[in-house]
Amino acid sequence: MPLLALVVLAVLTYAFRVTGPLLRDRVTVPPAAERLLSSAAAVLLVSLAATSALTAGHDFAGAARPAGVLVAGVLAARRVPFPVVVLAAAAVTALLRLAGLK
Amino acid sequence: MRKIWRTSDPGLLRDVGLVCLADGIVGVSFGATAVAGGLPWWVPIAMSLLVFAGGAQFAAVGVVLAGGSPVAAVAAGAVLNTRMFPYGLAVADVTSGPWWKRLLGAHVVTDESVAFALRGADPARRRAGFWTCGVALFAAWNVAVLLGVLAGAAVKNTAAFGLDATFPAVLLALALPTLTDRRTREAAICGAAAAVALTPFLPPGLPVLAGLAGLAVCWRPRSEVARSESSRSESSRSESSRSEVPHSEVSRSEVSRSGGLGSGGLG
Repeated sequence: MPLLALVVLAVLTYAFRVTGPLLRDRVTVPPAAERLLSSAAAVLLVSLAATSALTAGHDFAGAARPAGVLVAGVLAARRVPFPVVVLAAAAVTALLRLAGLK
Repeated sequence: MRKIWRTSDPGLLRDVGLVCLADGIVGVSFGATAVAGGLPWWVPIAMSLLVFAGGAQFAAVGVVLAGGSPVAAVAAGAVLNTRMFPYGLAVADVTSGPWWKRLLGAHVVTDESVAFALRGADPARRRAGFWTCGVALFAAWNVAVLLGVLAGAAVKNTAAFGLDATFPAVLLALALPTLTDRRTREAAICGAAAAVALTPFLPPGLPVLAGLAGLAVCWRPRSEVARSESSRSESSRSESSRSEVPHSEVSRSEVSRSGGLGSGGLG
């Protein structure tokens, strides 16, 4: 990742953050726009989770990684604490690979 | 600073500590994954200092590690961080003060610090919650990422430890609390299906952005949308008036949905 891309992302992020505190009395976000933004973030997160769980490059990533992510998803849905969810994903995938699954 | 410490209570410090611990584990995983994937050591470190938003950092690095272009990586991270804008409005009252304090406070606006700000019962506690969480999390996150970078550089075969599974797991755990309404759920499933189906054919990074089209595909007919929206915005309006957060359209439920707060979503 080039430095320029990193800086651009940092500047954009800071711009989103600082607008509210600087313009507090002059700006309100229409509720519909706010919902669209939060929906877009959710769609992006799920899409990214799916592609990074299932694919590597242009191909299928193998069964071990999606299995670990699936277990993590079930735990997260049951409101298991975040650290446990993350460690479970790694542990399940590592154990499956140890057992010879790709 | 002294004013913050005087108003902070042991319960606040304990809760902030737990959030820092949870996010710390994610930070270690971020640093290790980035370096193990082949990025130079300074990229995750600089990113954590300058961007300081876990979800966007994972997203951008994920796109790059999949072979995507820097533009796609920046776009993915920036879309995730658009939520910082309504967050900033929600905490505008607690970051008020001299200009340098506003600028500094803006940088530690995260899912977690906003949640701590909104749960405070009075202005002093809101202020204490926001600043305590924001500053502590900034320190914890950056130390954790540094440790992760060192670990990732030391461990040769990260696949054997299943580290590659932590990245999608984090994203999924972040996304699940936001999928409370049916429309968002459907859009997310359509988007994810489209992104996976397009992966063999599109350059890396693009399928995820194409997944945003799921937003349009799953839009319900106009009249139905209008009906459910009007009922929902009414309930959220009554909630934000109860929490007495001025200048804010962000209700507590809205914030807690976007990122699994408190229990350790990451900024």
